[in-house]
Amino acid sequence: MTDVIVDERDFELTINGARVPVRGAAPGASLLQVLRDQLQLTGTKGACEEGECGSCSVLVDGVLMCSCLVMAASVTDTAITTIESVARPDGSFSDVQQAFVDCGAVQCGFCTPGLVMAVTDLLNQQPHADRETVREALAGNLCRCTGYGRILAAIDQVISQRAAQ
Amino acid sequence: MISPQTVDDALDALSDTPVHRLLAGGTDEMVKLNHGAQLRQFETVISLSRIPELSMWTLDTAGRQITIGAAVSWSQLTEAPFVEHVPVLAQAARTVGSPQIRNAGTIGGNVATASPAGDGLCALVALDAMATVRSTRGTRRVRVAELTTGPKRTNLEPDELIVSLDVPLTHGFQGYTKVGVRNAMVISLAGVALVVDDDRQSVSFALGSVGPTILRSPAAETVAANVLFGGTHLGDAMSQLAAAIRKTARPIDDHRSTAAYRRHAVGVLATRLIERALISRGASQ
Ligand SMILES: Cc1cc2nc3c(=O)[nH]c(=O)nc-3n(C[C@H](O)[C@H](O)[C@H](O)COP(=O)(O)OP(=O)(O)OC[C@H]3O[C@@H](n4cnc5c(N)ncnc54)[C@H](O)[C@@H]3O)c2cc1C
Ligand code: FES
Ligand code: FES
Repeated sequence: MTDVIVDERDFELTINGARVPVRGAAPGASLLQVLRDQLQLTGTKGACEEGECGSCSVLVDGVLMCSCLVMAASVTDTAITTIESVARPDGSFSDVQQAFVDCGAVQCGFCTPGLVMAVTDLLNQQPHADRETVREALAGNLCRCTGYGRILAAIDQVISQRAAQ
Repeated sequence: MISPQTVDDALDALSDTPVHRLLAGGTDEMVKLNHGAQLRQFETVISLSRIPELSMWTLDTAGRQITIGAAVSWSQLTEAPFVEHVPVLAQAARTVGSPQIRNAGTIGGNVATASPAGDGLCALVALDAMATVRSTRGTRRVRVAELTTGPKRTNLEPDELIVSLDVPLTHGFQGYTKVGVRNAMVISLAGVALVVDDDRQSVSFALGSVGPTILRSPAAETVAANVLFGGTHLGDAMSQLAAAIRKTARPIDDHRSTAAYRRHAVGVLATRLIERALISRGASQ
C-alpha cells in the first residue's frame, strides 16, 4: 500500500456532507482552528484548546471529539459533522436545540454548540439514558453559567418527547 | 503529513523522515501544539490514524493473552472483551477524561507519554504487560515498566513504534482506583492498580502519581498475598499494607497536590482495593 501524503497547508475536508477546500492553513493547525479561521464555520467554539471544556465538540466519522485536539490535515478522509448541520433543512431547530430554548438551558450560550453536539450524540446512541449516564456523558462539556440544572431538564424533555413519539 | 496505511509503511516513514512528529489520538500532542510548541522547519507529521491494524485486538484465551493494538482507544477499552478479561484496564480507561478524550486517546499514546499519572500505564504495569516495539531495524519485546524511564521519558528511539501491548490473562480480582479533585475529568493525584493471580497466588500493586514512573510495591504485594492466600487476619495486615505502600511511594509537591496528601491517599486506595478483592471472593470479614 502507499502512504497518503497530505499538504498541511492546502487540503480538502468533508464537512456536513460537502467537500470543502482548505487553503493556507498553518502546519499542525487543529480542526477547530481550520473550521473557525479558514472556513468561517464559527458555530463551533474554542476556549481552552486543551480538551477540557468541550465547547469545540464535533463528530469525526460519527464519533464525538474535541476539534481542538484533532489535527485538521489528519482527517481529510473522514466525514466531519459540526453544529451547523444540526438544525433541520428548513432552518427550524432540532428537538435538542428546541429543548435547550424551552428549558432556558442557554445563558451566555458559549457552551451551547458543544453541548448540543454531545447531547445529540448521546441520545442517538442511548435514547433512554438515565441521569447518571447523562451526567457522566457530559463530563467533558463545561458550562460556567447555568449550573447544569436546566441543561439536564432539556435532556429530560427530549427523552420523554422521543419516547412519546 | 504522512499517513501510512500499514505498520510496515509507518516504520519506513519513521526511518526515512529524520525530523518527524508522531501523532496517534492527538490528546497529548495537540495540547502542546495549541499552546506554544510549533512544528520545526521541515518537520513532518506522521499520523497513525489510517492504520487499521493498530486499532485491533486479539484475544487468545488458550494462550491466556490479549494483544492490544497501540491505537486502541480508551472507549474501546471500556467495552468487551476488556471488561471481562482485563477489568483493571477497562476500569482505568473509564476514569480517563471525558467521552471526547476517550474516543480519541489511545493506549499506545498513554504508554509513550509516560506520565506518572497515566491511568492505562498504571494498569499495564500491574498486569506485567509487554510492549512490542518495532522499527525497520527489528522488533523488540520489552516490559512496559522498563519502557518508561522517568517522568515523560521512555527508551523509545525516534524511529521506533509501539505496535501492540501484550497482556497476560489471569484468574482473580483486578481493580483500579484513583483520586483527583473531582469525580470526572481528572488527572490522578494518586492511583492504584491491583491484579490478583489466584493460580500463582500472587498479587501485584502498581502505584501512579507517586513517583517519577509507575511504581511496584513488592513489600505490599507480599503482605497482600498473605492476606488473600495465607489467611493473615485483615485487621492486622491493613496497617502493614498501607505502611508498605506509603514506604514505596516517592511523591513530590506540585501544582496539583502535596507529597504528604499523595502518600496518605495511595495507602488508602491500596487498602480499599484489597477490601474489594476480599469482598469479591466472598471472604470479607
Ligand atoms: C482533557 C484531557 C484529559 C485527560 N485525562 C487523562 C486521564 O484521566 N488519564 C490519563 O492517563 N491521561 C489523560 N489524558 C492524557 C491523554 O489523553 C492520554 O495520555 C492518551 O492516552 C494519549 O494518547 P494519544 O493517542 O492521544 O496520544 P498522542 O497525543 O497522539 O501522542 C502522545 C505521544 O505519544 C507518542 N505516540 C503515540 N502513539 C505511539 C506509538 N504507537 N508508538 C510510539 N509513540 C507513540 C506520540 O508521538 C506523542 O509523543 C488527558 C488528556 C486531556 C487533553
Ligand atoms: S476548546 Fe476544545 S475542549 Fe476546550
Ligand atoms: S450558558 Fe454560558 S457557559 Fe453555558
